[in-house]
Amino acid sequence: MTLAEMILAAHSGKTRVTPGEFIEVNVDMVLSNDITGPIAIREFKKIGVNRVFNPKKVVMVPDHFTPNKDIASAEQAKQVREFCKEQGCHYFEVGRVGIEHVLLHEEGLVLPGEVIIGADSHTCTYGALGAFGTGMGSTDIASAMATGHIWMKVPSTIRFNYYGNPRRWVGGKDFILHAIGDIGVDGALYAAMEFGGEAIDWLSLEGRLTMANMAIEAGGKAGLFYADEKTVSYIKERTNRPFTVYNPNPDAQYEKVIDYDVSDIEPQVAFPHLPSNTRPVSQAGHIKIDQAVIGSCTNGRIEDLRVAAQVLKGRQVASSLRCIIIPGSQSVYMQALKEGLIETFIAAGCAVSAPTCGPCLGGHMGILASGEKAIATTNRNFVGRMGSPKSEVYLSSPAVAAASAISGNIINPDDLA
Amino acid sequence: MKSGSAYKYGTNVDTDAIIPARYLNVSDPAELARHCMEDIDENFARVVKPGDIIVADTNFGCGSSREHAPLCIKAAGVTCVIAKTFARIFFRNAINIGLPLMECPEAVEGISAGDVIEVDIARGKIKNITTGMTFTAKPYPDFMGGIIASGGLIEYTRQKLAAG
Repeated sequence: MTLAEMILAAHSGKTRVTPGEFIEVNVDMVLSNDITGPIAIREFKKIGVNRVFNPKKVVMVPDHFTPNKDIASAEQAKQVREFCKEQGCHYFEVGRVGIEHVLLHEEGLVLPGEVIIGADSHTCTYGALGAFGTGMGSTDIASAMATGHIWMKVPSTIRFNYYGNPRRWVGGKDFILHAIGDIGVDGALYAAMEFGGEAIDWLSLEGRLTMANMAIEAGGKAGLFYADEKTVSYIKERTNRPFTVYNPNPDAQYEKVIDYDVSDIEPQVAFPHLPSNTRPVSQAGHIKIDQAVIGSCTNGRIEDLRVAAQVLKGRQVASSLRCIIIPGSQSVYMQALKEGLIETFIAAGCAVSAPTCGPCLGGHMGILASGEKAIATTNRNFVGRMGSPKSEVYLSSPAVAAASAISGNIINPDDLA
Repeated sequence: MKSGSAYKYGTNVDTDAIIPARYLNVSDPAELARHCMEDIDENFARVVKPGDIIVADTNFGCGSSREHAPLCIKAAGVTCVIAKTFARIFFRNAINIGLPLMECPEAVEGISAGDVIEVDIARGKIKNITTGMTFTAKPYPDFMGGIIASGGLIEYTRQKLAAG
Protein backbone atom coordinates (compact mmCIF):
# COMPACT_ATOMS: atom_id res chain seq x y z
CA MET A 1 0.00 0.00 0.00
CA THR A 2 0.99 3.63 -0.46
CA LEU A 3 1.52 5.90 2.57
CA ALA A 4 -2.00 7.32 2.24
CA GLU A 5 -3.55 3.85 2.00
CA MET A 6 -1.63 2.53 5.03
CA ILE A 7 -2.70 5.42 7.25
CA LEU A 8 -6.33 5.26 6.08
CA ALA A 9 -6.48 1.47 6.54
CA ALA A 10 -5.15 1.81 10.10
CA HIS A 11 -7.79 4.45 10.85
CA SER A 12 -10.75 2.51 9.44
CA GLY A 13 -10.15 -0.85 11.13
CA LYS A 14 -9.07 -2.53 7.90
CA THR A 15 -5.93 -4.42 6.93
CA ARG A 16 -6.14 -3.07 3.40
CA VAL A 17 -7.92 -0.32 1.49
CA THR A 18 -8.06 0.29 -2.25
CA PRO A 19 -8.50 3.50 -4.21
CA GLY A 20 -12.14 4.38 -4.85
CA GLU A 21 -13.38 2.57 -1.76
CA PHE A 22 -15.62 4.56 0.63
CA ILE A 23 -14.58 4.23 4.27
CA GLU A 24 -15.37 5.67 7.71
CA VAL A 25 -12.14 7.12 9.08
CA ASN A 26 -11.37 7.77 12.76
CA VAL A 27 -9.73 11.14 13.11
CA ASP A 28 -6.94 12.21 15.49
CA MET A 29 -7.38 15.98 15.21
CA VAL A 30 -10.25 18.15 13.97
CA LEU A 31 -9.22 21.70 13.09
CA SER A 32 -10.99 24.92 12.20
CA ASN A 33 -10.23 28.64 12.28
CA ASP A 34 -11.88 32.04 12.80
CA ILE A 35 -13.51 31.95 9.34
CA THR A 36 -14.61 28.32 9.12
CA GLY A 37 -15.11 27.73 12.86
CA PRO A 38 -18.25 29.86 13.27
CA ILE A 39 -20.12 27.87 10.58
CA ALA A 40 -18.83 24.59 12.07
CA ILE A 41 -20.11 25.67 15.50
CA ARG A 42 -23.51 26.68 14.05
CA GLU A 43 -23.86 23.31 12.29
CA PHE A 44 -22.52 21.35 15.30
CA LYS A 45 -25.30 22.80 17.43
CA LYS A 46 -27.93 21.44 15.01
CA ILE A 47 -26.73 17.85 15.43
CA GLY A 48 -28.22 17.48 18.89
CA VAL A 49 -25.15 16.65 20.97
CA ASN A 50 -23.81 18.93 23.69
CA ARG A 51 -20.15 17.98 23.75
CA VAL A 52 -17.45 17.41 21.14
CA PHE A 53 -16.38 13.74 20.90
CA ASN A 54 -13.02 14.42 22.56
CA PRO A 55 -11.85 17.96 23.44
CA LYS A 56 -8.20 16.89 23.19
CA LYS A 57 -8.80 16.11 19.51
CA VAL A 58 -10.49 19.37 18.58
CA VAL A 59 -8.54 22.57 17.95
CA MET A 60 -9.59 26.02 16.79
CA VAL A 61 -6.96 28.51 15.67
CA PRO A 62 -8.06 32.12 15.13
CA ASP A 63 -5.45 33.12 12.56
CA HIS A 64 -7.10 34.48 9.42
CA PHE A 65 -8.49 37.89 10.38
CA THR A 66 -6.63 38.22 13.70
CA PRO A 67 -5.59 40.42 15.40
CA ASN A 68 -9.25 41.26 14.66
CA LYS A 69 -9.42 43.44 11.58
CA ASP A 70 -12.94 44.79 12.12
CA ILE A 71 -16.03 44.38 14.27
CA ALA A 72 -17.52 41.53 12.25
CA SER A 73 -14.23 39.58 12.46
CA ALA A 74 -14.07 40.24 16.19
CA GLU A 75 -17.53 38.71 16.54
CA GLN A 76 -16.40 35.57 14.69
CA ALA A 77 -13.25 35.28 16.83
CA LYS A 78 -15.43 35.68 19.91
CA GLN A 79 -17.69 32.79 18.86
CA VAL A 80 -14.64 30.54 18.42
CA ARG A 81 -13.14 31.62 21.76
CA GLU A 82 -16.40 31.02 23.66
CA PHE A 83 -17.03 27.64 22.05
CA CYS A 84 -13.53 26.42 22.90
CA LYS A 85 -13.88 27.61 26.49
CA GLU A 86 -17.23 25.86 26.83
CA GLN A 87 -15.97 22.62 25.26
CA GLY A 88 -12.46 22.61 26.71
CA CYS A 89 -10.83 22.05 23.33
CA HIS A 90 -7.46 23.44 22.18
CA TYR A 91 -7.47 27.17 21.50
CA PHE A 92 -4.72 29.74 21.01
CA GLU A 93 -5.27 33.40 21.84
CA VAL A 94 -3.62 36.33 20.06
CA GLY A 95 -0.17 36.61 21.62
CA ARG A 96 0.22 32.83 21.55
CA VAL A 97 -1.51 32.04 18.28
CA GLY A 98 0.31 31.42 15.02
CA ILE A 99 -0.82 30.47 11.53
CA GLU A 100 -2.52 27.10 12.09
CA HIS A 101 -0.26 25.11 9.76
CA VAL A 102 2.86 26.60 11.30
CA LEU A 103 1.57 26.17 14.85
CA LEU A 104 0.07 22.69 15.25
CA HIS A 105 3.22 20.68 14.66
CA GLU A 106 5.26 23.12 16.80
CA GLU A 107 2.80 22.38 19.59
CA GLY A 108 3.05 18.62 19.11
CA LEU A 109 -0.65 18.39 18.27
CA VAL A 110 -0.18 16.52 14.98
CA LEU A 111 2.03 13.44 14.68
CA PRO A 112 3.28 11.00 12.04
CA GLY A 113 0.74 8.34 11.10
CA GLU A 114 -2.25 10.39 12.29
CA VAL A 115 -5.32 11.56 10.39
CA ILE A 116 -5.93 15.30 10.66
CA ILE A 117 -8.94 16.96 9.07
CA GLY A 118 -9.35 20.70 8.97
CA ALA A 119 -11.80 23.26 7.71
CA ASP A 120 -8.92 24.85 5.87
CA SER A 121 -7.71 23.62 2.53
CA HIS A 122 -4.04 23.75 3.57
CA THR A 123 -4.55 21.06 6.20
CA CYS A 124 -2.62 18.90 3.72
CA THR A 125 0.52 20.53 5.23
CA TYR A 126 0.77 17.77 7.86
CA GLY A 127 1.62 15.25 5.18
CA ALA A 128 5.17 16.54 5.59
CA LEU A 129 5.22 14.77 8.98
CA GLY A 130 4.06 11.45 7.53
CA ALA A 131 0.45 12.14 8.58
CA PHE A 132 -2.71 12.13 6.43
CA GLY A 133 -3.94 15.72 6.58
CA THR A 134 -6.77 16.90 4.39
CA GLY A 135 -9.00 19.94 4.05
CA MET A 136 -12.79 19.83 4.26
CA GLY A 137 -15.62 22.28 4.84
CA SER A 138 -17.21 23.47 8.05
CA THR A 139 -20.11 20.99 7.94
CA ASP A 140 -17.75 18.00 7.66
CA ILE A 141 -15.83 19.41 10.61
CA ALA A 142 -19.06 19.86 12.61
CA SER A 143 -20.00 16.24 12.01
CA ALA A 144 -16.51 15.01 12.93
CA MET A 145 -16.51 17.15 16.09
CA ALA A 146 -19.68 15.29 17.12
CA THR A 147 -18.68 11.75 16.11
CA GLY A 148 -14.88 11.52 15.85
CA HIS A 149 -15.06 10.07 12.38
CA ILE A 150 -15.72 11.10 8.79
CA TRP A 151 -16.38 9.44 5.45
CA MET A 152 -13.69 9.46 2.81
CA LYS A 153 -13.10 8.00 -0.60
CA VAL A 154 -9.69 6.32 -0.60
CA PRO A 155 -7.60 8.37 -3.04
CA SER A 156 -5.31 6.90 -5.63
CA THR A 157 -1.68 7.97 -5.15
CA ILE A 158 0.66 9.77 -7.55
CA ARG A 159 4.33 9.30 -6.63
CA PHE A 160 6.80 12.15 -7.22
CA ASN A 161 10.52 11.29 -7.06
CA TYR A 162 13.02 14.15 -6.90
CA TYR A 163 16.61 13.29 -7.82
CA GLY A 164 19.87 15.17 -8.14
CA ASN A 165 21.44 18.21 -6.49
CA PRO A 166 19.45 21.43 -6.31
CA ARG A 167 20.84 24.68 -7.67
CA ARG A 168 21.57 27.65 -5.43
CA TRP A 169 18.41 29.30 -3.99
CA VAL A 170 16.23 26.37 -5.03
CA GLY A 171 14.17 24.68 -2.29
CA GLY A 172 10.82 23.13 -1.42
CA LYS A 173 8.79 26.02 -2.87
CA ASP A 174 10.47 25.63 -6.25
CA PHE A 175 10.09 21.82 -6.18
CA ILE A 176 6.35 22.06 -5.59
CA LEU A 177 5.71 24.99 -7.96
CA HIS A 178 7.59 23.06 -10.64
CA ALA A 179 5.35 20.00 -10.07
CA ILE A 180 2.15 22.08 -10.10
CA GLY A 181 3.32 23.79 -13.28
CA ASP A 182 3.92 20.36 -14.77
CA ILE A 183 0.66 18.60 -13.83
CA GLY A 184 -1.71 21.59 -13.54
CA VAL A 185 -4.09 22.83 -10.86
CA ASP A 186 -6.23 19.72 -11.22
CA GLY A 187 -3.37 17.35 -12.05
CA ALA A 188 -3.80 15.51 -8.75
CA LEU A 189 -7.56 16.02 -8.37
CA TYR A 190 -8.94 13.58 -5.76
CA ALA A 191 -5.47 11.93 -5.51
CA ALA A 192 -2.85 11.74 -2.79
CA MET A 193 0.58 13.04 -3.77
CA GLU A 194 3.50 11.07 -2.30
CA PHE A 195 6.93 12.69 -2.39
CA GLY A 196 10.31 10.95 -2.18
CA GLY A 197 13.72 10.54 -3.74
CA GLU A 198 17.21 11.60 -2.69
CA ALA A 199 16.53 15.33 -3.04
CA ILE A 200 13.63 14.94 -0.60
CA ASP A 201 15.83 13.01 1.86
CA TRP A 202 18.15 16.00 1.76
CA LEU A 203 15.35 18.57 2.05
CA SER A 204 14.66 20.14 5.45
CA LEU A 205 11.40 19.51 7.29
CA GLU A 206 10.48 23.15 6.59
CA GLY A 207 10.96 22.53 2.87
CA ARG A 208 8.73 19.46 3.04
CA LEU A 209 6.04 21.41 4.93
CA THR A 210 6.08 23.98 2.12
CA MET A 211 5.64 21.23 -0.48
CA ALA A 212 2.88 19.33 1.35
CA ASN A 213 1.11 22.65 1.97
CA MET A 214 0.64 23.23 -1.75
CA ALA A 215 -0.63 19.73 -2.65
CA ILE A 216 -4.12 21.27 -2.73
CA GLU A 217 -2.97 23.69 -5.45
CA ALA A 218 -2.72 20.66 -7.73
CA GLY A 219 -6.14 19.49 -6.52
CA GLY A 220 -4.54 16.90 -4.23
CA LYS A 221 -6.35 15.45 -1.25
CA ALA A 222 -3.09 15.04 0.66
CA GLY A 223 0.66 15.38 0.09
CA LEU A 224 2.67 12.84 2.03
CA PHE A 225 6.28 12.22 3.00
CA TYR A 226 7.93 9.37 4.87
CA ALA A 227 8.70 10.44 8.45
CA ASP A 228 12.48 10.01 8.55
CA GLU A 229 14.95 10.61 11.37
CA LYS A 230 14.71 14.41 10.88
CA THR A 231 10.94 14.33 11.35
CA VAL A 232 10.97 11.89 14.24
CA SER A 233 13.52 13.90 16.23
CA TYR A 234 11.55 17.11 15.56
CA ILE A 235 8.39 15.48 16.92
CA LYS A 236 10.09 13.88 19.94
CA GLU A 237 11.35 17.31 21.03
CA ARG A 238 7.74 18.43 21.24
CA THR A 239 5.64 15.61 22.64
CA ASN A 240 5.77 12.30 24.47
CA ARG A 241 2.62 11.02 22.75
CA PRO A 242 3.22 7.73 20.88
CA PHE A 243 2.99 7.64 17.10
CA THR A 244 3.48 5.27 14.18
CA VAL A 245 5.80 5.80 11.24
CA TYR A 246 4.53 4.27 8.01
CA ASN A 247 6.74 3.49 5.04
CA PRO A 248 5.08 2.72 1.69
CA ASN A 249 5.40 -0.95 0.66
CA PRO A 250 7.71 -1.74 -2.24
CA ASP A 251 4.62 -3.27 -3.93
CA ALA A 252 2.56 -0.07 -3.52
CA GLN A 253 0.36 0.62 -6.54
CA TYR A 254 0.65 4.16 -7.91
CA GLU A 255 -1.68 5.79 -10.40
CA LYS A 256 1.41 7.41 -11.88
CA VAL A 257 5.10 7.88 -11.04
CA ILE A 258 6.73 11.18 -11.99
CA ASP A 259 10.49 11.79 -11.75
CA TYR A 260 12.20 15.17 -11.61
CA ASP A 261 15.91 15.92 -11.79
CA VAL A 262 16.16 18.91 -9.46
CA SER A 263 19.39 20.08 -11.05
CA ASP A 264 17.11 21.16 -13.95
CA ILE A 265 14.88 23.26 -11.69
CA GLU A 266 15.51 27.02 -11.49
CA PRO A 267 13.85 29.22 -8.86
CA GLN A 268 10.18 29.28 -9.93
CA VAL A 269 7.64 32.08 -10.23
CA ALA A 270 3.91 31.39 -10.66
CA PHE A 271 2.35 34.16 -12.75
CA PRO A 272 -1.24 35.39 -12.32
CA HIS A 273 -3.79 33.92 -11.92
CA LEU A 274 -3.03 30.26 -11.26
CA PRO A 275 -0.35 28.51 -9.19
CA SER A 276 0.29 26.29 -12.22
CA ASN A 277 1.25 29.27 -14.37
CA THR A 278 4.93 28.81 -13.55
CA ARG A 279 8.09 30.06 -15.23
CA PRO A 280 11.76 29.86 -14.26
CA VAL A 281 12.71 33.23 -12.75
CA SER A 282 15.18 33.82 -15.60
CA GLN A 283 12.18 33.93 -17.94
CA ALA A 284 10.06 36.23 -15.77
CA GLY A 285 10.82 39.27 -17.92
CA HIS A 286 10.58 42.77 -16.51
CA ILE A 287 7.84 42.67 -13.86
CA LYS A 288 7.83 45.76 -11.65
CA ILE A 289 6.30 45.04 -8.26
CA ASP A 290 4.58 47.20 -5.66
CA GLN A 291 4.66 44.83 -2.70
CA ALA A 292 6.53 41.78 -1.44
CA VAL A 293 5.00 39.49 1.19
CA ILE A 294 7.16 36.92 2.97
CA GLY A 295 5.26 34.63 5.32
CA SER A 296 2.09 32.45 5.33
CA CYS A 297 1.43 28.78 6.09
CA THR A 298 3.54 28.01 3.02
CA ASN A 299 6.70 29.98 3.84
CA GLY A 300 6.41 31.56 7.28
CA ARG A 301 8.85 29.28 9.13
CA ILE A 302 12.27 30.05 10.57
CA GLU A 303 14.21 28.64 7.62
CA ASP A 304 12.18 30.88 5.30
CA LEU A 305 13.00 33.96 7.36
CA ARG A 306 16.68 32.97 7.49
CA VAL A 307 16.83 32.81 3.69
CA ALA A 308 15.03 36.16 3.39
CA ALA A 309 17.44 37.73 5.89
CA GLN A 310 20.45 36.29 4.07
CA VAL A 311 19.31 38.12 0.93
CA LEU A 312 18.19 41.34 2.69
CA LYS A 313 21.18 41.72 5.04
CA GLY A 314 23.02 44.98 4.41
CA ARG A 315 20.67 45.93 1.59
CA GLN A 316 17.65 48.19 1.27
CA VAL A 317 14.13 47.46 0.04
CA ALA A 318 13.46 49.50 -3.13
CA SER A 319 11.84 52.83 -2.29
CA SER A 320 9.09 52.08 -4.82
CA LEU A 321 7.59 49.18 -2.85
CA ARG A 322 6.42 47.78 0.50
CA CYS A 323 8.01 44.62 1.90
CA ILE A 324 5.90 42.90 4.57
CA ILE A 325 7.34 40.04 6.62
CA ILE A 326 5.06 37.87 8.72
CA PRO A 327 6.59 35.24 11.03
CA GLY A 328 4.23 32.24 11.03
CA SER A 329 4.10 31.81 14.80
CA GLN A 330 5.25 33.44 18.01
CA SER A 331 8.07 30.90 18.38
CA VAL A 332 9.24 31.61 14.81
CA TYR A 333 9.07 35.33 15.67
CA MET A 334 11.05 34.82 18.90
CA GLN A 335 13.69 32.70 17.17
CA ALA A 336 14.02 35.31 14.40
CA LEU A 337 14.51 37.98 17.09
CA LYS A 338 17.23 35.94 18.81
CA GLU A 339 19.05 35.38 15.54
CA GLY A 340 18.93 39.07 14.65
CA LEU A 341 16.74 38.46 11.59
CA ILE A 342 14.10 40.96 12.67
CA GLU A 343 16.76 43.64 13.02
CA THR A 344 17.99 42.81 9.52
CA PHE A 345 14.44 43.17 8.16
CA ILE A 346 13.74 46.46 9.88
CA ALA A 347 17.14 47.88 8.91
CA ALA A 348 16.36 46.94 5.29
CA GLY A 349 13.07 48.85 5.43
CA CYS A 350 10.62 45.94 5.84
CA ALA A 351 7.45 46.00 7.94
CA VAL A 352 7.27 43.05 10.35
CA SER A 353 3.82 41.91 11.51
CA ALA A 354 2.38 39.66 14.21
CA PRO A 355 1.56 36.14 12.94
CA THR A 356 -1.58 36.15 10.76
CA CYS A 357 -2.83 34.78 7.44
CA GLY A 358 -3.62 38.46 6.74
CA PRO A 359 -2.72 39.49 3.20
CA CYS A 360 -2.44 35.96 1.74
CA LEU A 361 -6.21 35.79 1.34
CA GLY A 362 -6.79 39.51 0.99
CA GLY A 363 -7.87 39.80 4.61
CA HIS A 364 -5.77 42.62 6.03
CA MET A 365 -2.17 43.71 6.70
CA GLY A 366 -1.20 44.37 3.10
CA ILE A 367 -4.12 44.63 0.67
CA LEU A 368 -3.40 45.53 -2.97
CA ALA A 369 -4.96 48.44 -4.87
CA SER A 370 -6.13 48.10 -8.48
CA GLY A 371 -3.26 47.78 -10.92
CA GLU A 372 -0.77 46.76 -8.23
CA LYS A 373 1.49 43.71 -8.45
CA ALA A 374 2.85 41.69 -5.54
CA ILE A 375 5.40 38.97 -5.24
CA ALA A 376 4.45 36.66 -2.37
CA THR A 377 5.69 33.48 -0.75
CA THR A 378 2.04 32.49 -0.28
CA ASN A 379 0.16 29.72 -2.06
CA ARG A 380 -2.51 31.25 -4.31
CA ASN A 381 -2.56 33.94 -6.97
CA PHE A 382 -6.20 33.77 -8.02
CA VAL A 383 -7.99 36.91 -9.25
CA GLY A 384 -8.44 39.25 -6.28
CA ARG A 385 -6.65 36.94 -3.86
CA MET A 386 -4.66 39.73 -2.16
CA GLY A 387 -7.08 42.58 -2.66
CA SER A 388 -8.43 44.35 -5.72
CA PRO A 389 -9.72 42.05 -8.49
CA LYS A 390 -7.53 44.22 -10.73
CA SER A 391 -4.33 43.43 -8.80
CA GLU A 392 -1.85 40.63 -9.52
CA VAL A 393 0.03 38.14 -7.34
CA TYR A 394 3.22 36.31 -8.36
CA LEU A 395 4.21 33.33 -6.19
CA SER A 396 7.82 32.50 -5.34
CA SER A 397 10.24 31.32 -2.66
CA PRO A 398 11.41 33.64 0.14
CA ALA A 399 14.78 34.04 -1.65
CA VAL A 400 13.21 35.35 -4.87
CA ALA A 401 10.67 37.49 -2.98
CA ALA A 402 13.42 39.11 -0.88
CA ALA A 403 15.62 39.72 -3.92
CA SER A 404 12.67 41.22 -5.81
CA ALA A 405 11.92 43.51 -2.86
CA ILE A 406 15.44 44.91 -3.16
CA SER A 407 15.47 45.20 -6.93
CA GLY A 408 11.89 46.37 -7.44
CA ASN A 409 11.52 43.77 -10.19
CA ILE A 410 11.14 39.99 -10.05
CA ILE A 411 14.70 38.70 -9.95
CA ASN A 412 16.97 35.79 -8.96
CA PRO A 413 19.03 36.66 -5.82
CA ASP A 414 22.18 35.84 -7.82
CA ASP A 415 21.37 38.70 -10.20
CA LEU A 416 21.27 41.38 -7.50
CA ALA A 417 23.86 44.08 -7.95
CA MET B 1 -38.41 19.69 -12.79
CA LYS B 2 -36.87 23.11 -12.42
CA SER B 3 -35.84 25.51 -15.15
CA GLY B 4 -33.81 28.67 -15.42
CA SER B 5 -31.17 30.51 -17.42
CA ALA B 6 -27.58 29.34 -17.72
CA TYR B 7 -24.62 31.41 -16.53
CA LYS B 8 -21.51 30.03 -18.15
CA TYR B 9 -17.93 30.13 -16.83
CA GLY B 10 -14.59 28.60 -17.82
CA THR B 11 -12.07 26.30 -16.16
CA ASN B 12 -10.77 26.46 -12.57
CA VAL B 13 -13.40 28.79 -11.10
CA ASP B 14 -11.88 29.11 -7.62
CA THR B 15 -13.68 29.76 -4.36
CA ASP B 16 -12.07 33.22 -4.09
CA ALA B 17 -13.92 34.04 -7.32
CA ILE B 18 -17.17 32.54 -5.99
CA ILE B 19 -16.94 34.52 -2.75
CA PRO B 20 -13.91 36.76 -2.10
CA ALA B 21 -12.31 36.38 1.34
CA ARG B 22 -12.93 40.06 2.11
CA TYR B 23 -16.57 39.12 2.72
CA LEU B 24 -15.84 36.16 5.00
CA ASN B 25 -16.17 38.20 8.17
CA VAL B 26 -19.84 37.18 8.08
CA SER B 27 -21.40 33.76 7.54
CA ASP B 28 -25.06 34.65 6.82
CA PRO B 29 -25.82 32.99 3.44
CA ALA B 30 -28.14 35.81 2.25
CA GLU B 31 -25.48 38.43 2.99
CA LEU B 32 -22.80 36.33 1.24
CA ALA B 33 -25.09 35.87 -1.79
CA ARG B 34 -24.91 39.62 -2.46
CA HIS B 35 -21.26 39.13 -3.48
CA CYS B 36 -21.54 35.76 -5.24
CA MET B 37 -19.12 35.48 -8.24
CA GLU B 38 -18.25 39.16 -7.79
CA ASP B 39 -14.60 39.09 -8.87
CA ILE B 40 -15.23 37.26 -12.16
CA ASP B 41 -18.78 38.46 -12.94
CA GLU B 42 -19.69 41.64 -11.11
CA ASN B 43 -23.28 41.60 -12.43
CA PHE B 44 -24.11 38.04 -11.38
CA ALA B 45 -25.45 38.71 -7.89
CA ARG B 46 -27.65 41.54 -9.20
CA VAL B 47 -29.19 39.71 -12.15
CA VAL B 48 -29.38 36.05 -11.05
CA LYS B 49 -32.93 34.79 -10.54
CA PRO B 50 -34.18 31.87 -8.45
CA GLY B 51 -33.97 28.72 -10.58
CA ASP B 52 -30.99 29.86 -12.65
CA ILE B 53 -28.11 27.48 -13.22
CA ILE B 54 -24.33 27.84 -13.20
CA VAL B 55 -22.50 25.93 -15.95
CA ALA B 56 -18.70 25.66 -15.87
CA ASP B 57 -15.81 23.75 -17.34
CA THR B 58 -13.35 21.60 -15.32
CA ASN B 59 -12.28 21.90 -11.64
CA PHE B 60 -15.14 24.14 -10.49
CA GLY B 61 -14.67 25.32 -6.89
CA CYS B 62 -10.92 24.81 -6.58
CA GLY B 63 -8.88 26.50 -3.87
CA SER B 64 -10.01 27.37 -0.38
CA SER B 65 -12.23 25.04 1.66
CA ARG B 66 -14.64 27.87 2.47
CA GLU B 67 -18.16 26.47 2.71
CA HIS B 68 -19.32 30.05 2.18
CA ALA B 69 -18.87 29.28 -1.56
CA PRO B 70 -21.65 26.69 -2.03
CA LEU B 71 -23.70 28.47 0.67
CA CYS B 72 -23.72 31.75 -1.27
CA ILE B 73 -24.51 30.02 -4.58
CA LYS B 74 -27.45 28.25 -2.97
CA ALA B 75 -28.64 31.42 -1.24
CA ALA B 76 -28.46 33.29 -4.58
CA GLY B 77 -31.25 30.95 -5.70
CA VAL B 78 -29.16 28.82 -8.07
CA THR B 79 -30.80 25.41 -8.61
CA CYS B 80 -27.62 23.48 -9.35
CA VAL B 81 -24.12 23.73 -10.77
CA ILE B 82 -23.32 21.72 -13.90
CA ALA B 83 -19.60 21.23 -14.61
CA LYS B 84 -17.19 18.86 -16.34
CA THR B 85 -15.47 18.19 -13.02
CA PHE B 86 -15.60 19.62 -9.50
CA ALA B 87 -12.78 20.27 -7.06
CA ARG B 88 -12.85 17.78 -4.21
CA ILE B 89 -13.58 19.97 -1.18
CA PHE B 90 -16.22 22.00 -3.03
CA PHE B 91 -17.92 18.75 -4.05
CA ARG B 92 -18.14 17.55 -0.43
CA ASN B 93 -19.28 20.95 0.82
CA ALA B 94 -22.06 21.25 -1.77
CA ILE B 95 -23.42 17.77 -0.99
CA ASN B 96 -23.15 18.46 2.74
CA ILE B 97 -25.20 21.67 2.58
CA GLY B 98 -27.68 20.48 -0.05
CA LEU B 99 -26.56 22.33 -3.21
CA PRO B 100 -27.04 19.87 -6.09
CA LEU B 101 -24.10 19.35 -8.47
CA MET B 102 -24.31 17.65 -11.85
CA GLU B 103 -21.12 16.34 -13.44
CA CYS B 104 -21.74 16.20 -17.19
CA PRO B 105 -19.07 17.23 -19.77
CA GLU B 106 -21.51 16.83 -22.69
CA ALA B 107 -24.02 19.23 -21.13
CA VAL B 108 -21.28 21.81 -20.56
CA GLU B 109 -20.38 21.59 -24.27
CA GLY B 110 -24.04 21.72 -25.25
CA ILE B 111 -25.10 24.75 -23.20
CA SER B 112 -24.44 28.40 -24.07
CA ALA B 113 -24.80 31.38 -21.75
CA GLY B 114 -28.44 32.43 -21.55
CA ASP B 115 -29.89 29.10 -22.71
CA VAL B 116 -32.95 27.98 -20.77
CA ILE B 117 -32.16 24.75 -18.96
CA GLU B 118 -34.49 22.29 -17.27
CA VAL B 119 -33.05 19.85 -14.72
CA ASP B 120 -34.42 16.76 -13.01
CA ILE B 121 -31.88 16.42 -10.25
CA ALA B 122 -33.12 13.14 -8.79
CA ARG B 123 -32.84 11.43 -12.18
CA GLY B 124 -29.73 13.31 -13.33
CA LYS B 125 -31.51 14.63 -16.43
CA ILE B 126 -30.58 17.94 -18.08
CA LYS B 127 -32.59 19.44 -20.94
CA ASN B 128 -31.53 22.48 -22.94
CA ILE B 129 -34.96 23.96 -23.75
CA THR B 130 -33.35 26.51 -26.09
CA THR B 131 -31.73 23.85 -28.34
CA GLY B 132 -33.79 20.77 -27.49
CA MET B 133 -30.71 18.74 -26.54
CA THR B 134 -30.85 16.39 -23.53
CA PHE B 135 -28.06 15.05 -21.32
CA THR B 136 -27.59 12.65 -18.41
CA ALA B 137 -25.26 13.52 -15.54
CA LYS B 138 -22.88 11.03 -13.94
CA PRO B 139 -24.73 9.41 -11.00
CA TYR B 140 -23.55 10.05 -7.45
CA PRO B 141 -21.70 7.19 -5.76
CA ASP B 142 -24.20 4.98 -3.87
CA PHE B 143 -22.39 5.69 -0.63
CA MET B 144 -23.53 9.31 -0.79
CA GLY B 145 -27.20 8.45 -1.28
CA GLY B 146 -27.83 8.51 2.47
CA ILE B 147 -26.43 12.02 2.85
CA ILE B 148 -28.34 13.31 -0.17
CA ALA B 149 -31.59 11.60 0.92
CA SER B 150 -31.24 13.23 4.37
CA GLY B 151 -30.85 16.65 2.72
CA GLY B 152 -27.28 17.09 3.91
CA LEU B 153 -24.66 15.82 6.32
CA ILE B 154 -25.94 17.43 9.53
CA GLU B 155 -29.36 15.78 9.30
CA TYR B 156 -27.67 12.52 8.27
CA THR B 157 -25.33 12.63 11.30
CA ARG B 158 -28.19 13.64 13.61
CA GLN B 159 -30.30 10.69 12.49
CA LYS B 160 -27.35 8.30 12.77
CA LEU B 161 -26.51 9.42 16.31
CA ALA B 162 -30.20 9.32 17.33
CA ALA B 163 -30.44 5.75 16.03
CA GLY B 164 -27.40 4.88 18.19
